[in-house]
Amino acid sequence: MSVFIIRRLLQSLLVVFVMSLLVFFGVNVVGDPVDMLVNPEMSQADIEATVRALGLDRPIHEQYWHFLSNALQADLGRSFIFGEPALKLILQRMPATLELAFVSLVLSVVIGLPLGVYAGLKPESRVSRTIMAGSILGFSLPTFWVGLMFIMIFAVVLGWLPSTGRGETVEVLGVGVSFLTLDGLSHLLLPAFNLALTNISLVIRLSRAGTREVAQQDYVKFARAKGLSSRRIIFVHVLKNIMIPVVTVLGLEFGGLIAFSVVTETIFAWPGMGKLLIDSVQNLDRPVIVAYLMITVLFFIVINLVVDLLYSLLDPRVRLQDVKA
Amino acid sequence: MTTVTDPTPAETLPADLDAGTEEQAARQTPFRRFCRDFFASPVATVAFVVLCLVLFIALFAPWVSPTDPYDLAVVDVMDNRLPPGSTSFDGSITYWLGTDGAGRDVLSAIFYGLRTSLFVGVASGLIALLIGSSIGLASAYYGGRVDSFIMRVVDIQLSFPAILVALILLAALGQGVEKIILALVVVQWAYYARTVRGTALVERGKEYVEAAACLALPPRRILFRHLLPNCLPPLIVVGTVQTASAIALEATLSFLGLGLPITEPSLGLLIANGFQYMMSLQYWISVFPGVALLITIVSINLVGDQLRDVLNPRLER
Repeated sequence: MSVFIIRRLLQSLLVVFVMSLLVFFGVNVVGDPVDMLVNPEMSQADIEATVRALGLDRPIHEQYWHFLSNALQADLGRSFIFGEPALKLILQRMPATLELAFVSLVLSVVIGLPLGVYAGLKPESRVSRTIMAGSILGFSLPTFWVGLMFIMIFAVVLGWLPSTGRGETVEVLGVGVSFLTLDGLSHLLLPAFNLALTNISLVIRLSRAGTREVAQQDYVKFARAKGLSSRRIIFVHVLKNIMIPVVTVLGLEFGGLIAFSVVTETIFAWPGMGKLLIDSVQNLDRPVIVAYLMITVLFFIVINLVVDLLYSLLDPRVRLQDVKA
Repeated sequence: MTTVTDPTPAETLPADLDAGTEEQAARQTPFRRFCRDFFASPVATVAFVVLCLVLFIALFAPWVSPTDPYDLAVVDVMDNRLPPGSTSFDGSITYWLGTDGAGRDVLSAIFYGLRTSLFVGVASGLIALLIGSSIGLASAYYGGRVDSFIMRVVDIQLSFPAILVALILLAALGQGVEKIILALVVVQWAYYARTVRGTALVERGKEYVEAAACLALPPRRILFRHLLPNCLPPLIVVGTVQTASAIALEATLSFLGLGLPITEPSLGLLIANGFQYMMSLQYWISVFPGVALLITIVSINLVGDQLRDVLNPRLER
């Protein structure tokens, strides 16, 4: 077990290192950062002074070393636009993104699970066929376009829900959250549902397949023969058993939600990390881009590491295979 | 895109009863059997026809379009943001799907946009297929350390969502057709590599490969002439699904302003351009390009689904 953990940790460190190389060289070498830092009215001497102050005159490997040693001290540079540390900017926006991702995760279970179980219990009915056709559409529809349609229908034509911003927030443990106020909730609904669409389809498919399998099992037949109400059979016997794959897959999808929130946040002007990234790309705010990418990569590596470790705890075959390989 | 395979196919056809008779066996080439199986589903047939139509429009956009949306001599700013079905200022053209903010015909812009979107999707899919399947084949053939190294790289890459990898690359590289194709290739190659490696590992253990090795054929010949053709069916299926998701991903990135430059508008960029007019209910500028995108993606996915059912030997028909 400890061999497995050490191997995985080393591998994660290697990935972080490779990613930092990629991101740093990509952002800083392909384009010339001097171009956008320098005011066209500056004199040649001023330009050279700026370049020297930023360390851009030194060889690239020294620049990378500088970046790396600063990064290890949690200093990812200062934003050109806001003049604040990039890390601080991102951490400020993180709660909004996490809230959006978490609410959409909850929505995908609350909506997807009942629909999927129903479709699994009555696979031939018309309603089930409609649900399954809808889930195919949920996979195929481009998320950003659906978001636009939501804005048009619910915000512009019907005027039921607001289309931009976060609304009123409440401080919980020093962090502002939207879902505790009615105004915040109305702002949250459209983006969260938009972000959840793909996962709703995924949960429908998983829970339908699971229900069809579990419904054939002997213990369900036995429960039925014992005369238990079908409500009890579904909620206790069926639901418990199909939750395992659903929870596993959704845990893995959480990272994907964070990545995809870039799109949703841009459409609904949700003030999270993803919107910050797109704004920074448009403003060529390199330190923020690098910081965002490094933090997200780190986030993903941690999620993957935790999932791998949990798997190896639950299923000994995984770690045995890995030690042998 | 994640798809979960349905363990029980919705419609299982009864076994072909008269396939045994001699004259029919004589007429049954593998290709004919494939066509018969494929067109047995009405949904797949419709999707196939729609897909052909989309491809036709994309290929012949300059000849099919009512106007050239990027010819400044034709485009009249006086015609901007006209609703669908209205005629132009000088009365010469009818804009069936309306015009956009610069007075371009939305229908023509969609035709040209389809061309760009499909070109990017298909080009990146083909390049990724070539690179990915070569790497996958090599991985399966050589085995050992090479194999475990390549598969570890594939695992690590697939643990990141496609959109994040593409965002990293495009944030670093900037805009451009060749850059977005590069980003899409990087995102996709791992799927092809994994698919080919899986199939090739199974095929490698079979007698015909052993026989070829006994004949002392060079490894390259065994790889490309013996193993690769037998890995094709799953590769084709992954290829269709991946192309659809590449088109969707390109549209998303272009919508975010990270993909294609303004000079080469794909469907994603058209949708982004119409976004600002949505609030004033000028829906047609965004909605129709979106519908075109949707039709393209759904028809490719449906064709891919049917291909999977027909080509999968486990679902004996």
